[in-house]
Amino acid sequence: MLLDIIKNNIRYGLLPIFRSSKNGIRTSPNISQYYSNLKSRYGNNIDTCNIAQLLAPSIIDLSKTFYCHLGVNVPDHAMTFRSLCNLLQDSVTPFVVSVHAKECNEMLISYLKSFFTLVCQATLTIRIIDLLQKCTQVSPKRKENLAKNDLPVVVIFKDFEAFNSQVLQDFILICSRYTQELPFVFIFGIATSPSAIQHRLPHSVSSLLCIEVFHSLSCTQHLASVFDKLILNSQFPFKLSSRVIQVLVGIFLYHDFSVQNFVKGLQFSMLEHFNSQPLSVLCCQKHEALLSAKILSKQNVERIRHLPSFMRYVETQEPQEQVRLLTNDEHVKEVCQKLLKNLHTYHKNYYPILQCLHSLTSSLPKFPLGKHIRELHVSCIEKNLWETEEYDSALQLLRILAKDELVAALRSCAEILKSANTKRMQNVLQQLEDFLGRLEALQGKSDSVSKMEYQRTDLFQLQKTLLEKESRRTKRMNPFEVLRSQVIDFIDSLVREYLTPAEFQPLNEVCYYSSSGVLRQRLNVTPRTSIQAALTHPFYYLKNESLKTNTGTISSAAPDLCIVYKLHLECGRLINLYDWLEAYVTVMSAAEDQDTNSEECGKFDSLKHARFIQAVSEMEFLGFVKSTKQKTDHVARLTWGGC
Amino acid sequence: MVSTPLSKWKLAAITSAPCGAYMNYAEGLMASNIPTSPQETAVDFQEMGLQDKLLRKPTNQSITRMSVTLQCPGYPEDTLRSLAERLPCRETQLATLLALMGQPDQYSYPSVFIYGHRATGKSHVVLSIMKDLELPHASVDCVECVSSGLLFHQVLSAFFGPDAAALLPRCPSLSDFVRLYKQMSSNSPATQTRYIILDRAERMRDMDFSLLPALLRLQELVNDNVTVILLSEIVWEKFRPNTGCFEPLLFHFPDYSKAELVQILSWDHHPSYTPELYASYINILLGVFFSVCRDLRELRHLAVLNFSKFCEPLEKGEAKESDIHKLWKNIEPHLQRAMQTVYLREVSSVQWEQQQMDEKEATTLRVLSAHAHIELPYYSKFLLIAAYLASFNPARTDRRFFLKSHGKIRKTNFLKKHEKTSNHLLGPKPFPLDRLMAIFYSVVDSRVAPTASIFSQISSLVTLQLLSQVGHDDQLDSPKYKCSVSLDFILAISRTVGFDVVKYLYDFL
Repeated sequence: MLLDIIKNNIRYGLLPIFRSSKNGIRTSPNISQYYSNLKSRYGNNIDTCNIAQLLAPSIIDLSKTFYCHLGVNVPDHAMTFRSLCNLLQDSVTPFVVSVHAKECNEMLISYLKSFFTLVCQATLTIRIIDLLQKCTQVSPKRKENLAKNDLPVVVIFKDFEAFNSQVLQDFILICSRYTQELPFVFIFGIATSPSAIQHRLPHSVSSLLCIEVFHSLSCTQHLASVFDKLILNSQFPFKLSSRVIQVLVGIFLYHDFSVQNFVKGLQFSMLEHFNSQPLSVLCCQKHEALLSAKILSKQNVERIRHLPSFMRYVETQEPQEQVRLLTNDEHVKEVCQKLLKNLHTYHKNYYPILQCLHSLTSSLPKFPLGKHIRELHVSCIEKNLWETEEYDSALQLLRILAKDELVAALRSCAEILKSANTKRMQNVLQQLEDFLGRLEALQGKSDSVSKMEYQRTDLFQLQKTLLEKESRRTKRMNPFEVLRSQVIDFIDSLVREYLTPAEFQPLNEVCYYSSSGVLRQRLNVTPRTSIQAALTHPFYYLKNESLKTNTGTISSAAPDLCIVYKLHLECGRLINLYDWLEAYVTVMSAAEDQDTNSEECGKFDSLKHARFIQAVSEMEFLGFVKSTKQKTDHVARLTWGGC
Repeated sequence: MVSTPLSKWKLAAITSAPCGAYMNYAEGLMASNIPTSPQETAVDFQEMGLQDKLLRKPTNQSITRMSVTLQCPGYPEDTLRSLAERLPCRETQLATLLALMGQPDQYSYPSVFIYGHRATGKSHVVLSIMKDLELPHASVDCVECVSSGLLFHQVLSAFFGPDAAALLPRCPSLSDFVRLYKQMSSNSPATQTRYIILDRAERMRDMDFSLLPALLRLQELVNDNVTVILLSEIVWEKFRPNTGCFEPLLFHFPDYSKAELVQILSWDHHPSYTPELYASYINILLGVFFSVCRDLRELRHLAVLNFSKFCEPLEKGEAKESDIHKLWKNIEPHLQRAMQTVYLREVSSVQWEQQQMDEKEATTLRVLSAHAHIELPYYSKFLLIAAYLASFNPARTDRRFFLKSHGKIRKTNFLKKHEKTSNHLLGPKPFPLDRLMAIFYSVVDSRVAPTASIFSQISSLVTLQLLSQVGHDDQLDSPKYKCSVSLDFILAISRTVGFDVVKYLYDFL
C-alpha cells in the first residue's frame, strides 16, 4: 500500500526523500531540484551573477573585497554560497575556497593550505603554499607559471561576524603582501549591516581592501517568489490548507526568516499528507488521477464516502442519487472522476482570478486585502471572501478609482489572464478587453465635459449647492461612473464565482493537507513542555497500561524520576532532601504492601535510598533542581511554580 | 676619506670587542633617538665624532646638492644618487642608516630598532637600500610567522638557499637555528654584512619569550657579520623584556610634514597637465584631508581618485589652469563627500567613480545608514529589546516596569547611590537568561510558547554579535549575556515593531 503511494508519487516527483532509495523507479525532476533551480533563478543568486561578472576582468590592484549582505536566515546562506562557489568555479577561476568560522577560527592559514593541497592541481598547490608559507624565493620556472595564469584566488568567508577579528586582520595583511604576484578576492558574508566591517577591522586593515557591497534579495521577497512558484500554481496537485500556510508563514516571519526551512516544512507536510491520507493516491496530475479513480479499492471507496466534503456533496443530491452514491461502488468511482475533473478546473480558474484580484487591490491605500498575495490566498481558501468587511471596503475603494488607475489595473489583469489557457478564462479576458475598449472610447467624450465655471459663492450658497450635489449623486452618474460600477460588479461576480473556499469543493481532502496541529508540533518544538509531559504522564510516551492514572495521583508503578518529579512539584523554592526521600519511600512502600500500619512503613532500605539518589541526580541533570549552599541538606528548585 | 670612526669601531669588533663597547655607543645614540629636526641629529652625530659633513643639511635641499653630500665608502656612487632621488624627504634617515651600516665588509652594530608611524617609509627606505645596494638580506614580515620556525626557515633560505632551510628539524628551537646558522656560515662566511629585516616586529613579543633577546645579540651568538633590523610602529619601551636584554640602536622615522607630503604627492603628477597644477591640486586635497588623515598611502589613493573630477572644468573649457579659485570651488564639496564615504570604505573606488558620473544628490542616499538594513524575525527583535532592557535597567526596577500593580516607587529614594548614575554611561551589564526570558514574555504582546527556535534565536543573536555571552561558552547552567547594541539601534528596531522602548528605560524616566 505504502509502496504504491510512494511509487505513484515518485513518478510525479513529489517525494524527494525517497528519491535514491528505490532502484528501477524512474526519477523524474524532483521537487528539491526544482527548488534549487528556482533559487538560482529567483533567489539570492542575482547577486551571484553580478559578482561573477565583476570578477571576470581580473585586473585587481588592491585585494578586491565583496560584501554580500544577507539576511539573518543562516540556513539559507549555505545554499547561496554553494551556488556562488560553483558559479565562480565554472566561470571565473578554479581557485575558490569558502571558509566557515567554526572550522578555522584559530588557524585560517593552515586551513587554507590544507584545502589547496587537497583540492587544487599540483602547480597551484605549490604556488599557494609557497606564497602562504612565505617563501619569497620563487624559482624562475614557477615565476613563468605565475605570469601565465593570473587568475584570482577567491576566498569566501561565509559568516564574517563569527570570525576572530585578529585572525582576519592577520590574514588580510599577509594576503596584501602578495597581491602583486597573486590577486586575491575576498567575499564576506555579512548578516547584519555593512558597518560590521568597521567594527571588526581597524582602519589600517580595511584600507587595504577595495570593498563593494551587494545586497541579497530580502527574505520576504524571496519567500514571495517561492510562494508564487510552488503554492500559487495549479501545476502541483498537492495543496496546503489555510491553517497550514499560516503555520508555515508564521514560523518564517516570527522565528527564522529562512526560506529553506519553509521549503523543508512544505516537504514535510507533503510527506505527512501522503503518509497519513490513503486517498492521496488521487493527488496527482489529472489524467493519472482519473486512471487511479477507476481502479479504486473497495476500502478507498468507503473512505471517500466518509469524507466530510463528499458527504456534503451527497446531501445536495436527489434522494435517488443519494442511495446510488451510498450503495453502488462503480457509481461512486464515476462521480469521483467527475469531481476530480471539477477540482482541477477549479484550481485552473482560481489562480488567475486570485492574481487579478491581488493586482487590483494591492495598490489600494492601507491594503484592505493584504499587502502580499499569500494573505489574500489564505483568506480566500478559508472562508467566503465576499462576506468579509475587508472585501467590502476594498470594493468601495475600487469604486472611486480614477480612470487612468482603473485602466492600468485592468490592463495588468488582462496580462495575467492571457497566460491562463482555459476556455472560461479566455471568455473572461474577452469581457475584460471589451470593458477596456469602452473605457478608452469614453476618453474622447469626457474631455469635452470638463468645463468649470468660477463664480463667487457665499457660505450659504455653497452649502446649498453641496447638498444638492449630494442628493443628485445617486440619481445621475456620468458615463464613466456607470461603466466603472459595471466593471466592479463584473469583478465582484468573478470573485463570487471562482474564489470559493477550497473546503467547499468536494474531494478537497485528497489534495489539501490540513492538519496544522501536527505540523506545529513537529516543526516548532517545545522541548520543555514535552519533558514535562513525559514526567507527569509517562503513559503518553511509554504506552504501558499500568501507567494510566488520573491526574493528581502519583502511581508507584511510574519510573522513579516521575515520582520524584511529581513530589517536588509540591515543594517550595528550597527542598529538604530528607523529607523528599521520606515521601518517595512512602509512595514506594504503598505499592509493595497496602498495609500502611506495619512498622516497615516509612523505613527504607539502601536500595530505595540509592534509587532516590539516582532520580534526584537525574532531576539535576534535566535542570529542575540544583544544589545550594543556603541550607544544609537542601536543594534549590529551578522552575517556577513554587508556592 | 678612508674610514669613518664607525668603521674603526667595526674593526675593533672583529677582534672580538667586549659587549661594553657596544653599550657606550648605544647609549650615545639612544640619547638622540627622537630627533626633532635634522639639524639636531647632525649635532648629535658630530658629538659622537661622525663627520659633520655627512649629515649637516636642511631637509628640503635640492637633489643635486644631496647627491654630493650622500657619500658612503664602499658603495657605488651613482646607485646612492638614484637611491636618494627615489626616497624624497627621507635623506636624513637614509644617510644615517648608511652611516650605521658602514662599509659592506665591516661588522655592523648587532641590532637596530627603527620605529615611526604608519607610512613613514620605514620598510621602504630599508628595503630600497638593501635591494639597490644588493646587500645580502632576509626580509621577514612577522605577521606571517605563526611560529618561530617559519621565521628561521625564511632567514636560512634567504641566506643559504632552500637546501639549508630544509635541514631545520620539524619544530625548530632557537638553538637549532643558531647551530645550523653557525654550520652554514662556517662553510660560507659573510663577505658582506648580512641583514635580517623583521617587519612588524611588535608581533615578536607574542612569540617565544627568548626569541627577541636572542635575535638582538644574534651577531654574538652565531659569530658572523649579521645585523638584525627591527621595524615597528611602537616604541622600544613596550618591547623591553623583564629579564633585560641587549639594547638595540634606536632610530626614529618622524611623520612627514605637510610640506613634505605636498612634495611627495606632487611626484605622481598627470603627464597631460603641468606639475604646478597638480601641486595646487594636492594643496587643496591636503587642505581637506590633512586634519583627518596623514597616511601617505591613503592620501595618494584619494588624490588619484579625485583628480579626474578636478580636471573636469579644464576639459570642458570652463576654466583655465590659472583659475585656482574656480577649480577649488568645484572640487571642494566632492572632497568633503569623499571623506565621508571613500575614506570609510563604504563604497569602493569603482562605485565612487560611477557615482561621480551620475552626479546626483542620490549619492548621499545610497550611502546607507547603518541600521536600516538589519532584518530580524519578529521574536528576535523582541528578544533584542528585552536584552537591552535587561542590560540597562537595574534588576530591582523590573518590578516597576513589568508588574501591573507595582505600587508607587520613587526614583530618588528607591535606589542605592551608585545606581543613580546613568546606566547608559556605565555601559551594558550582564544579565542571566532567566531574566531575559521573563522580560521577553512580558514585553511581547502575544502568548509565545517556549519553543526551541526561541532559544536558538538567542544563540544566533550571539553569533551576529548583537548579544555577547559573558563568561565561558561551556557554562550551560544559567548563562549570562550582555546586550552590545547602541540606543539608536534599539530605537530603530523597536520602531519597526511599534514598541516604545524609552518608556521602559530607567534612565529616561
